[in-house]
Amino acid sequence: MNKNLGTTGLILNEPLLWEKGSKGRTGFSVPESDVDASPLDSELVGDGPDFPDLSEVDVVRHYTRLSTWNFGVDTGMYPLGSCTMKYNPKTNERQARLPGFAGAHPLLPPQLAQGALELMYKLERYLDEVTGMQATSLQPAAGAHGELAGMLLIYAYHKHRGDQRSKIIIPDTAHGTNPASAALCGYRPVPVKSNENGVLSVETIEAVMDAETAGIMVTNPNTIGLFEDHIREICRVIHDKGGLVYCDGANMNAIMGIVDMNEIGIDVLHLNLHKTFSTPHGGGGPGSGPVCVNDKLEPFLPVPRIVEKDGQYNLSEDFPRSIGKLDTFHGHFGVMIKAYSYIMSMGAAGLKKASQLSVLNANYIKERLKSTYHLPHDRPCMHEVVFNDQNLQAYKITTLDVAKRLMDYGFHPPTVYFPLVVPGAIMIEPTETECKQDIDRFIEAMQQIAQEAKEDPELLKSAPHRSKVRRLDETTAARKPCLAN
Amino acid sequence: MRYLPHTPQEIDAMLQVIGAGSLDDLFGTIPKSCCCRLDMDLPKALTEWELNEHMDELASRMAVSPEYKVFMGAGSYDHYVPASAQYLTSRSEFVTSYTPYQPEISQGTLQAIYEYQTLATRLMGVEVATASHYDGSTALAESLLMAIRVTGKKKVAVSRLVHPLYRRVVQTYFDPTGYEVVELPFLQNGRTDIQALDSVEDLAAVALQSPNFFGCIEDLTAADKAIHAKQALFVVSFTEPLAYGLLKSPGSLNADIVCGEGQSLGLPRSFGGPGLGMLGSSMKYVRNLPGRLVGRTKDVDGRDGFVLTLATREQHIRREKATSNICTNNSLCATTAAVYMASLGGSGFRRLAQLNHDKAEYLKKELQRAGHAIPFDTPTFNEFVVRFPDGFEDRYQQLLEKKIVAGLPLECHYPELSDHYLLCATETASRTDMDSLVKEVGS
Repeated sequence: MNKNLGTTGLILNEPLLWEKGSKGRTGFSVPESDVDASPLDSELVGDGPDFPDLSEVDVVRHYTRLSTWNFGVDTGMYPLGSCTMKYNPKTNERQARLPGFAGAHPLLPPQLAQGALELMYKLERYLDEVTGMQATSLQPAAGAHGELAGMLLIYAYHKHRGDQRSKIIIPDTAHGTNPASAALCGYRPVPVKSNENGVLSVETIEAVMDAETAGIMVTNPNTIGLFEDHIREICRVIHDKGGLVYCDGANMNAIMGIVDMNEIGIDVLHLNLHKTFSTPHGGGGPGSGPVCVNDKLEPFLPVPRIVEKDGQYNLSEDFPRSIGKLDTFHGHFGVMIKAYSYIMSMGAAGLKKASQLSVLNANYIKERLKSTYHLPHDRPCMHEVVFNDQNLQAYKITTLDVAKRLMDYGFHPPTVYFPLVVPGAIMIEPTETECKQDIDRFIEAMQQIAQEAKEDPELLKSAPHRSKVRRLDETTAARKPCLAN
Repeated sequence: MRYLPHTPQEIDAMLQVIGAGSLDDLFGTIPKSCCCRLDMDLPKALTEWELNEHMDELASRMAVSPEYKVFMGAGSYDHYVPASAQYLTSRSEFVTSYTPYQPEISQGTLQAIYEYQTLATRLMGVEVATASHYDGSTALAESLLMAIRVTGKKKVAVSRLVHPLYRRVVQTYFDPTGYEVVELPFLQNGRTDIQALDSVEDLAAVALQSPNFFGCIEDLTAADKAIHAKQALFVVSFTEPLAYGLLKSPGSLNADIVCGEGQSLGLPRSFGGPGLGMLGSSMKYVRNLPGRLVGRTKDVDGRDGFVLTLATREQHIRREKATSNICTNNSLCATTAAVYMASLGGSGFRRLAQLNHDKAEYLKKELQRAGHAIPFDTPTFNEFVVRFPDGFEDRYQQLLEKKIVAGLPLECHYPELSDHYLLCATETASRTDMDSLVKEVGS
């Protein structure tokens, strides 16, 4: 099929919820009461919230129409770099909805919650196995929460040794969450630059690492999509001065079954179950950000921890050096079920194959597009590749214009303007679940857009043309915020 | 494997374009010393049907309704959820999209979150609500850190009647900061001892929960006066938002920041997560709010639309000076809550809240009639504390055998409250089940 995927169709407008409905309608079947009414002290009683009254049909039409204005992985290729928008298997949704899981109260006595505890215990062991680390906590609710957990662990480690430190090294290729997470622990970020090859040099780290520095936050593979090839030496430099190495595992999808994180010197690593382990992103969450550690940090993991004895699972608080609790209950259990189902469906060989194919797809795009788009680092990449808009500047076309025009072709745009070290970055992460035909179609769209930039730049500047709304006024939105009706 | 579409021929063709001999060759830039994995020791891959069987078996070893009668709330509540809510939020356009970075093709998520924010402000009685947080406990921790930013003071007071697990999470967030948390004791009536504030100075915020952990409705009017007299921000936390269908909202009683857990709004309990962290305040603090916000605007043709906004507060722009390290929200959970609130409507929400109150009052009175003490006489919403006879623990264990969970024992959180149990009855508790609970606990 050579036809452009992007098209126009009948999309229906839909007003805001409170512009619909009529007082007295309902979309809920309120149960008949089988007990006496019991009025509450009138001092305490209010008017109740001013929600619109809608019928079930009103609600169903409303959200169905809204949903059609969204682009998801099920709609088409979503090569959003650093986000690993792989296919979200449908069987995982079925498993998470099983009444035994979905209906379970989090404070059930452990003997009445053996199924969930066993699943969590085993998922922890499987994540240990995939990363090579020694122990895992599933409590962090998202990637940024996993980062915070990593920082709290490092903080607790140094504190326990009576050696509290004030700084943390953060490379310029880091996610923006890294410095924000470090700041919550009172660490002052020490920024370091990657070298001309897009990776960290050992000398750069040696120059800044000292006895006041708690450690380093490194993303590996890094956000340019490159493997930090000096990682072992860097870890050694950090360890020699008593520091610890935190690895942002957002890009673990490239190296499952290929790199042993413990072996290369990582002390703590967070994973994103919503990236590497296929759980859906849900329009921005819920995710899950487990944290995996080596033996140095295990005593500090969040409590309660799941312990196993003779096939019985229990929750234990008996870890006196623990950093404490990170969320009310056990973390995002509903998300864990999906990641567990994914691992059980893939097996070891399947996970390794997924990593291999994600790297294959990214390198294939790199090779086929590098004559069209500027490639700042022309070396074999991992699961994502970063181009920029340098070749298009002559036509006054920017990365943003390319991104917006891609929508007209039926693709979600890549991540843009990140990482910051590549000005005008176009960060493409196809993932392993995209087939060759779809990737070819994406490449052709990118090539055609580059051609359009030369011949009809206005077409790009005014894009997108086929979406429900066109470019939005973000400046006024921020200056005069309208955040609720 | 059905999620991996590449045929061997396609792999070869792609490798050829790249100039690599094999899939292994693609990893040539990784130093040999880092490629040290032997095969991962994981279970053999299951077919879809084997997976179903395996998961059914795991899920069967969980104590859930209707087989079990679980009279336990304590931050996680059993409510009926309309089939339409689950159906709508299963639509893959909502489920398989990401953070709406590209608003032109994300208007579904954006309008849904804008509407959630609006419904949340009306529920909490505040002017602005965020696009959501992880859960009630992290929303409280973030609220207290926000109060510290707003006031420049370094100490907060938290009632002992705030959910004990929320307080532990606050402690985890505060440990490395050097900020101090002091606890306010409770009175014999099951409300926070606000007078205890008299001896504490220099507070950034005072946090109460209402209804509190014992189910008791706090005197927020008195708290407002006492807390604001101390020039501290008044933070109200909650675990059961349905209560505000009946009660005055915290915002209408002058709370500066309102935060809590929205699981009750159509989300399954799911062994505790994902939930929904709700957080709101008045507009004057909007630039200090943590987390995502969606705002209304126009496109170049003048059509209404929505975007993520006020991003200059956020980590990807402000980096270490951000108002939070949070990167996303629990978007799908917020959407579910909006669908649920829209389905009930104002009228349905009120009726359901009243029904919850009536059910719990029935159970409370029946237990009282059977001779059990209700130690705190403050009005409650859908849960309450009961004191069972000394040594009730054995009976509690026997009831588990009979598939009845007779509330949450409080002693592990409040050592002084042995034999005290927190019981909950929502609209899902039938009179028959409550009667049989009363009979089984004996007298």
